[in-house]
Amino acid sequence: MNEFCVELRDVVKRFPTPEGSEVFAVDHVTMQIKNGEFFSMLGPSGCGKTTSLRMVAGFEWPTVGEVYIEGEAMGRRPPYLRPVNTVFQSYALFPHMSVAENVAYGLEMEKTPKYEIKRRVGEILEMVKLSGMERRKPRQLSGGQQQRVALARALVKHPKVLLLDEPLGALDLKLRKEMQLELKALQQEVGITFVYVTHDQEEALTMSDRIAVMDHGRVLQIGAPVEIYERPNSRFVADFIGETNFLSGEARAIEEDRVTVYIPSLKDELVGAKAAPVNVGDQVVVSMRPEKIRLASDRALPQNCFSGIVLNTAYIGSDTRVIVDLGGAPLAVWEQNKISTLDPEAYYAPGEQVWVVVLPENALVLQDV
Amino acid sequence: MLRKLREDRSFQGAVLISPTLLFMIGLLIIPLLLTLVISFGSRAPDGTVIYGFSFDNYVRLSGVRTECDNGKSLCLDPIYIQILSRSLSLAFNTTVLAILMAYPLAYFIARAPARKRNTFLFLILVPMWTNFIIRVYAWMMLLRTQGVINSVIGWLAGLVGLHFTPFEMLYTQGAVLVGMVYEFLPFMILPIYTSLEKIELSLYEASADLGARPFRTFLRMTLPLSIPGVVAGTILVFVPVMGTFIVSDLLGGRQIVLVGNLIQNQFLIARDPTFGSAASLMLMTLTLIVTYFYTRKFGFGEEIVTA
Repeated sequence: MNEFCVELRDVVKRFPTPEGSEVFAVDHVTMQIKNGEFFSMLGPSGCGKTTSLRMVAGFEWPTVGEVYIEGEAMGRRPPYLRPVNTVFQSYALFPHMSVAENVAYGLEMEKTPKYEIKRRVGEILEMVKLSGMERRKPRQLSGGQQQRVALARALVKHPKVLLLDEPLGALDLKLRKEMQLELKALQQEVGITFVYVTHDQEEALTMSDRIAVMDHGRVLQIGAPVEIYERPNSRFVADFIGETNFLSGEARAIEEDRVTVYIPSLKDELVGAKAAPVNVGDQVVVSMRPEKIRLASDRALPQNCFSGIVLNTAYIGSDTRVIVDLGGAPLAVWEQNKISTLDPEAYYAPGEQVWVVVLPENALVLQDV
Repeated sequence: MLRKLREDRSFQGAVLISPTLLFMIGLLIIPLLLTLVISFGSRAPDGTVIYGFSFDNYVRLSGVRTECDNGKSLCLDPIYIQILSRSLSLAFNTTVLAILMAYPLAYFIARAPARKRNTFLFLILVPMWTNFIIRVYAWMMLLRTQGVINSVIGWLAGLVGLHFTPFEMLYTQGAVLVGMVYEFLPFMILPIYTSLEKIELSLYEASADLGARPFRTFLRMTLPLSIPGVVAGTILVFVPVMGTFIVSDLLGGRQIVLVGNLIQNQFLIARDPTFGSAASLMLMTLTLIVTYFYTRKFGFGEEIVTA
């Protein structure tokens, strides 16, 4: 068995535009997706994630490069000859067929015997909790149920890889959260490789074993959720995944993995962790997650401690979200409400003078691009 | 009054439909009832109607005669039945031919890039700017013994030194069929196009993704999902072809008499409005029956709502 279930090797996809020029939808993308992995492609719309997925499915062919499934080059093989199945964003359920007919469709194409089809359709519908809905038409189902039919229809064929193109996009928030956990559990149950496309970073973090963050047709970073969140390798990734504050500055000194950055807006130096290749003299940005910054009433540390004024606060239950004016720019800080109290003194208030404290390992120094 | 219009839903409805309703009552329902009344009357020697209640006209249509040439007291003259069956088979053939020609074209347009589709649809409608009768005359010019087609073939034959006897194309069943298909093709293309265009591309992709080759996808997705358009087109073509008399008159001459010609002749030449009325009603009834059974089988062209 091949180590990689799906592999994109230096894949380029160019589309002609109506004006006669060409756009790079996918620009030299290389990805290796392991067997049994829940792999997400994450990025804003137009980043090339859906096009990459469609090239695996066979709806598009690479302009340059090659897609491998189970080590086999796919070339220009049409979708109906590929061992993958897709769950479409719009579900693409066949409106003139019942739930059971929709699910049976793929098996009929394989000329599976009738009794076998019946058994497998029953099994998979039970798995996605749709038993008893066999005779309904898609339009008689709720969005969540339609989503499950789409899933069952693709899974019933036991594909080597299941491709999911923003399958939860049309569901409301609560249902989406439920389905995220269900999908993850289902993936572990069936042991099929899932390749999941989403623009929702929280969704990707919740479900994935690994995530490829994409922008403008390129892969910026591939890694486990914790790597992507805690060690983003670029300004874009730090910005796109979760929330963060950026301070621009110039790298003054580098000592192993510590970088001293001069921040003009603070007229002060900040020591941060080297998260990307930087050299002395480079223009850099320092990325600081709001939950990793502390506020103090006096100067707690000799360095990485800056004076600011509270502009604004929002109490949201678990946290109090504080906006601090730091050197003329707003800085978001999330203070966890660890003590249950009604005392207003326990919470920050606008106008208050505070000290912002950030540990060097929580200040990631990245190239300013 | 204004307040009632603002608040009363059923009154709003009544106001909205009343112009059409009055129009239809005055110009469709009442004339139709008059036709029914007249069909039970008999013809006066001067061509006017003697009102009465007899089924003579309908018996005559059925072909059952009590005065026969061979002296028997009952015999069957199938002339009207023949006209009817000729009309039916012509309408059937026209519809089938129109479907066969319209479907691939509609499919092509529906799959064309969005900005080109309107141009194609526009091109299909361009001939409609010309008067119906003028277009039929154009076909006469083409099909005549000394017409365009025969002239061109004759000229080509002359070039290679062959003797050419012009084809007799005008005043044949074929000419009428060609004319009918030509006249009514757009009415088949447009509804088929509409239903094909509505099919989401992702359905084709899903079908291929699940292992269906293109032909299977056509049979299981495209065809069933476009049936509403085919049904609508069939009704739009079949019904008027059954009643039209211009095309058969001009392209079929005296040879090809359809129900439409029969009715026209009764009113304008034989001056027997009572028999003409009976024939009209029979045509209408027959068309309704065919449409009824057809739509019972294939639905009324209602759309399958894409979920």
